[in-house]
Amino acid sequence: MSRIVGIDLGTTNSLVAYMDHGTPRVISAQNERAMVPSVVSLTDNGLMVGDPAKEHLTRNPERTVYSVKRFMGKSLADVQGELAYFPYTLTEKGGVIRIQLGEKSYSPPQISAMILKELKLRAEAFLGESITKAVITVPAYFNDSQRQATKDAGMIAGLEVLRIINEPTAASLAYGLQKKTQGTIAVYDLGGGTFDISILKLKNGIFEVLATNGDTHLGGDDFDQQIADLFLAEIRTQYGLDLSTHPDNMQAVRLEAERTKIRLSDELKTTASLDLPDGKGRFTRELTRDQLDALSIALVERTLGPCRLALKDSGLAPGDIDEVVLVGGSTRMPLVRQRVQALFGKQPHCELNPDEVVALGAAVQADILSGGTTDMLLLDVTPLSLGIETMGGVMSSLIRRNTTIPASAKEMFTTYVDGQTGVDIHILQGERELAKDNRSLARFRLKVPPLPAGVPRIEVTFLIDANGILNVMAKDMRTGETQSMEVKPSYGLSDQEVERMIEDSFKFAADDVNARKLIEARLDAGALITTTEKSLADGGHLVATGEIEAIRAALSALVTAKDGNDPRAIRARMADIEQAAKGLTVAMLDDSLKQGLQGKKVSDVT
Amino acid sequence: MSGHTHNADDRRELQMARSMCWHCQSEMAGEYFCDRCVKVQPVSKDLDYFTCFGLPRRLALDPQALEAKFYELSRAFHPDFYQNKSDAEQTISLDNSAMLNTAYRTLRDPIQRAEYLLDLEAGSVKDIRTTPPADLFEEILELQDTLDEFRTSDRASENAAVLRTKLDADRATLEQRQRDMEAELQQLFSRWDALQDRGEATEPARAERGRILKDMRDILSNRTYVKNIVNDLLATIA
Repeated sequence: MSRIVGIDLGTTNSLVAYMDHGTPRVISAQNERAMVPSVVSLTDNGLMVGDPAKEHLTRNPERTVYSVKRFMGKSLADVQGELAYFPYTLTEKGGVIRIQLGEKSYSPPQISAMILKELKLRAEAFLGESITKAVITVPAYFNDSQRQATKDAGMIAGLEVLRIINEPTAASLAYGLQKKTQGTIAVYDLGGGTFDISILKLKNGIFEVLATNGDTHLGGDDFDQQIADLFLAEIRTQYGLDLSTHPDNMQAVRLEAERTKIRLSDELKTTASLDLPDGKGRFTRELTRDQLDALSIALVERTLGPCRLALKDSGLAPGDIDEVVLVGGSTRMPLVRQRVQALFGKQPHCELNPDEVVALGAAVQADILSGGTTDMLLLDVTPLSLGIETMGGVMSSLIRRNTTIPASAKEMFTTYVDGQTGVDIHILQGERELAKDNRSLARFRLKVPPLPAGVPRIEVTFLIDANGILNVMAKDMRTGETQSMEVKPSYGLSDQEVERMIEDSFKFAADDVNARKLIEARLDAGALITTTEKSLADGGHLVATGEIEAIRAALSALVTAKDGNDPRAIRARMADIEQAAKGLTVAMLDDSLKQGLQGKKVSDVT
Repeated sequence: MSGHTHNADDRRELQMARSMCWHCQSEMAGEYFCDRCVKVQPVSKDLDYFTCFGLPRRLALDPQALEAKFYELSRAFHPDFYQNKSDAEQTISLDNSAMLNTAYRTLRDPIQRAEYLLDLEAGSVKDIRTTPPADLFEEILELQDTLDEFRTSDRASENAAVLRTKLDADRATLEQRQRDMEAELQQLFSRWDALQDRGEATEPARAERGRILKDMRDILSNRTYVKNIVNDLLATIA
């Protein structure tokens, strides 16, 4: 069986990991960090993903997409309140958000697929084999539409998604593997955009989730926004500048807010600083940790309600929790640690890298699925109750929240009118009494043979699989025939749409490869330009003027090529420089040896 | 779906032990896996949860032993371990796991366990009571009035404070009543288990059996009614 990788598709950063002889490891590209910023930018030189794209947040804000995870499985109406914060344009088509990038618009799964592809390429380059299968993590509190959207993203990226697993439970796998813990643990996972709490029982290799809760719209981004709002208000009063009309400056403020927050995890005070447009100079502001705490406390408090609910649902008191594990970059905030410690009455564990532990756990799950790890088993739950709309617009629960998955429920349907040929079924997810207050997952029409009222008996089975995704089957109890049905998701891509997007992604694959080669060539060219310029400055006096001029000519040719779109031209000009600078390199080496070996020539020592 | 038809008599028996392996068609002797070809076998839809866990139909059971069996069966059936297997085996693993999870959830909770046993022995218990139990009739009617008054009252008013105190007292009474019913149920559970252990097929034993089941049904239904009232009360004063 081919190798399965584990992917943490995060709101702000994403990672890919694999199992290396029983130890999960994250994969990093050469000389780069393992984290790939979840940012996609459409630049003049094509699509860019990760760190190169992140540079375009301020340069090219309307065409640079970040935090796309917030839009997975959502309609435009769901995110109306925060649209103002995003500089890129969002529209809607068939209940699915579309993000405008230049001429084209993309669904959130397509943007996520670009990030997944980047991770896939990294894994392929590192492992030296083709990667077609993955386990992808999602917030535990993701609903069916959001999970399905994540699965779609994997398919569009050319990955068979063997399992969608919950982030906090993934973290518990990595934690349990390393610590050999037994007992009850709480995993508090505060990431870039989502919050989850999961309570698990670990016993003899079984990881049984007792309860999970969370908020899919609460994370590091929200803390940054609090700080950014403060800066924006002060800039308005001090300089009379409204930066909301300057998307590039808005992004700069957001990024500086994030950096300020991060620094305040280690320092008690720090100074934020921003260049202002319209020749207004520079805005600087000192921020103390106490001030940050005051801005953050309401958000941190919002995480405690779900923690209490999860405890209640698992029938436990805070004192019953043996260990508290922190996951997600936002748990580096001292205020978060304090509040979590106060709630559970014990010092939380944070020995594992909170940025990497989810991807590591995904790799462990991937290894379980490929048959490598056989002693560990994760028994997860469905985070939200599943039901159907009944008479009077009330939701009738079929599978309660925190039910161990796979889970199934059966419901018998019949007709009320003679000759009725169909029964409409509306599937819902959520905890509220009324259908309209819950998440609509899908509607479908059950086909019924025309018979007197009450005679048809159609049994519908609702099955939540190990991914937390719903499957529906119907069976006519009179004939024993099973019925396949077209389930139209309320907020999601239809199968045909996903297929078309997969085709599209193949069409653009050639462009993508070229874009990637270009990015790499540019990075390498940039490095060569820097070192060559340094060599000229340090050793220019060692060679003839003609030689220096030749190097300078080759340098300017490379600078020109680097601005172009042809990676091969860049590589050719790089080779030219190496050729032209050969004499200089040898002369410099000679010179340094001369210093060290009291005047001996290279030829003397070799 | 198993595709077989079963009559009421063989409902009680372990179906799998008598059927053929879906894969190699050999007579099945193994419990969940075919002896010959080692393929996982579908758990019969008619298999009751007690049998699934290898337990007698008793209402007292050891939670530790139940959990251990659940973990053991999860390791046998969970889809994680069938990723490399055929589609047919993956479907069986998924259905068996879903059934196992339902069985464990039902048996783990003493009340659900009793309701399930009642369903097996004497038909569904789910007919929901719509009128208060006789011994609580007056109290409940008065409580409903107080609740209505509280709902329409100005929460900051003195009257609301008085009503709240009264509702708190009512809640305490009802919760005590719930505990009393649970204690009564425990006694019935013990009587049921003792009767089953004796295994007498006499007329008095059958009569005793009928009485226990009827009393359990009544108390379970009253308890659900009171529990709903308490939940309603809590939601109103929250």
